Amino acid sequence: MISAHLPALQVVLPLLGAVVCAFLKRGSWAWLVALAVSLVLPAIALGLLYQTYEGGTISYALGGWRPPFGIEYRVDIFNAFVLVLVSVIGAVIMPYAKRSVEHEIPEDKQAWFYAIYLLCLCGLLGIAITGDAFNAFVFMEISSLATYALIAMGRDRRALLAAYQYLIMGTIGATFYVIGVGLLYSMTGTLNLADMANRLAGIEDSRAVLAALAFLTVGISLKLALFPLHVWLPNAYAYAPSMATVFLSATATKVAVYLLLRYFFSVFGVSVIYADLPVSWIFLVLSIAAMFGASLVAVFQANIKRMLAYSSVAQIGYITLGIAIANKTGLAGGIVHLFNHAIMKAALFMALGSIFFRIGSVRIEDLAGIAKRMPVTAGVFVVGGLGLIGVPGTAGFISKWYLGLGAIENGWWWLLMLIVLSSAIAVLYVGRVVEVMWFREPSPVAKKAEEPPLSMLLPTLLLTFATIYFGFDTFLTAHMADLAAQLLLTGGR
Amino acid sequence: MKLDVVFRIAAKIFIPFMLVFALYVQFHGELGPGGGFQAGVVAAAMVVFYAIIFGLESAQKIVPPRVVELMVPAGVGIFAGVGVVSLLLGENYLNYSPFGGDSQHGQEYGIILVEIGVLVTVTGTLVAIFYSFVGRGRE
Repeated sequence: MISAHLPALQVVLPLLGAVVCAFLKRGSWAWLVALAVSLVLPAIALGLLYQTYEGGTISYALGGWRPPFGIEYRVDIFNAFVLVLVSVIGAVIMPYAKRSVEHEIPEDKQAWFYAIYLLCLCGLLGIAITGDAFNAFVFMEISSLATYALIAMGRDRRALLAAYQYLIMGTIGATFYVIGVGLLYSMTGTLNLADMANRLAGIEDSRAVLAALAFLTVGISLKLALFPLHVWLPNAYAYAPSMATVFLSATATKVAVYLLLRYFFSVFGVSVIYADLPVSWIFLVLSIAAMFGASLVAVFQANIKRMLAYSSVAQIGYITLGIAIANKTGLAGGIVHLFNHAIMKAALFMALGSIFFRIGSVRIEDLAGIAKRMPVTAGVFVVGGLGLIGVPGTAGFISKWYLGLGAIENGWWWLLMLIVLSSAIAVLYVGRVVEVMWFREPSPVAKKAEEPPLSMLLPTLLLTFATIYFGFDTFLTAHMADLAAQLLLTGGR
Repeated sequence: MKLDVVFRIAAKIFIPFMLVFALYVQFHGELGPGGGFQAGVVAAAMVVFYAIIFGLESAQKIVPPRVVELMVPAGVGIFAGVGVVSLLLGENYLNYSPFGGDSQHGQEYGIILVEIGVLVTVTGTLVAIFYSFVGRGRE
């Protein structure tokens, strides 16, 4: 009986958890609640993935109202994959959260922090699971508002400004999204995505539908930080609390990418997006600009958290490159990079959070020689960095391999060259930090550093091993991404 | 303002009617215009009105900040909890049909319960925002 209600529970559990956390005054109790919720969610998501893998698409009528009239939660292999990604990351980082949050958030705000965190998780899972355009907007607002609050809780005073900047940009994005949905609603009379896709047949080239597509693309691209709409991201990631940065970098932009793919492939369909419109070329140019521009900026950052944030913009470029390549292999490469980048970036930000926990700084001059005192954490940074570069044997290689194959299938040899070239820039910004960490004389603060507590170290190591593991065993990543890409390209849903 | 008799008497006359109006809007939500959000705004306006006339301290004696802070999650809890009851009764999340004798009454009761949750959260949130703006720089 309970397996039939998994789609609802996936979203309701974090919502209930957030309520309980808000009632509790003590940060450690709120953490326990958040931990319990975070550990159940991956089980639900894996259950859903299993159900869709075995039995195909699941449809859940919220409130008992038959779709397309009521809100439908619709799970196919692609969003089950995204749900697994978000909830697994949520579960792995929760043990890590306790010490980091105790260190960075004032005691009286810790319970609120977990409440807001769970709301953010609820919103992201909701976007991924819902099959209703407006419901997705509501969840987008839930997760975005929670994100602004999470970022503003950073200790640095600039966190407030970063949160405000993101608030403005994020609100513009959400407004564009809802304008797009409104236009589609006026043309089709439905908010259910699957129903919308059917009713769009025949009116794809009307002005209103094209305007809707433009609004949706720009709105969601703001959320996923597609170059040049990424300007909110570096400051937001740099000044948010470590825990919030880890979570957001691994999940928030990924869910936005999911939503964009959902609209492109399941609602508008391949023929509209690629045959009639130059979407492929727009994304190609912007992705390449992100891969090179953001990577180059990353090389010159003194604040390493900010450097990783710019690297995120570049890596999102690889994900959207999958949309531009538009054949099954390339798209699978983009989707698998969703997953791989999430685990690599989470591991890197966790290592950085551990360093901040010990020395209270993430500036490059303070990191000098820290490997002598924190060899494991510095080692995590090396492995994660190799993943970002895409060295064989790491998860990052798998993504770039698929992207490269996709480019060759299209006959775009020059794109393969560009992927390799941009990876070379990643060598620069990763290598620069690794060199400072391992081969310099320890800075005054680094001399006093030591490894973080096990509760922080073990989750970090787990994600680091995952970075290597998914470089060899690709059943859960590449195989699932392959199925998802197949589903999208055949207009699934 | 505290010394102004006209304001104080007028406020004392108005406030009970504001409360009744809030409840009127609340319980007509499932049939006509109105509902938890609008009622919550009217109820919060009542607290704001009282605070303007009689001062923040006396308003906070009647509606303490601690209670306001609990009202915000409490309403969400009511909303989410109603859905969980549907699940426990063997229906889909937020399906109100099993709440009453027949599904029509069930839906009606369900809407009323959820709207109460909305009322609690909206009132709490608006009063909390008002308190934090007015209380700024006082401590």
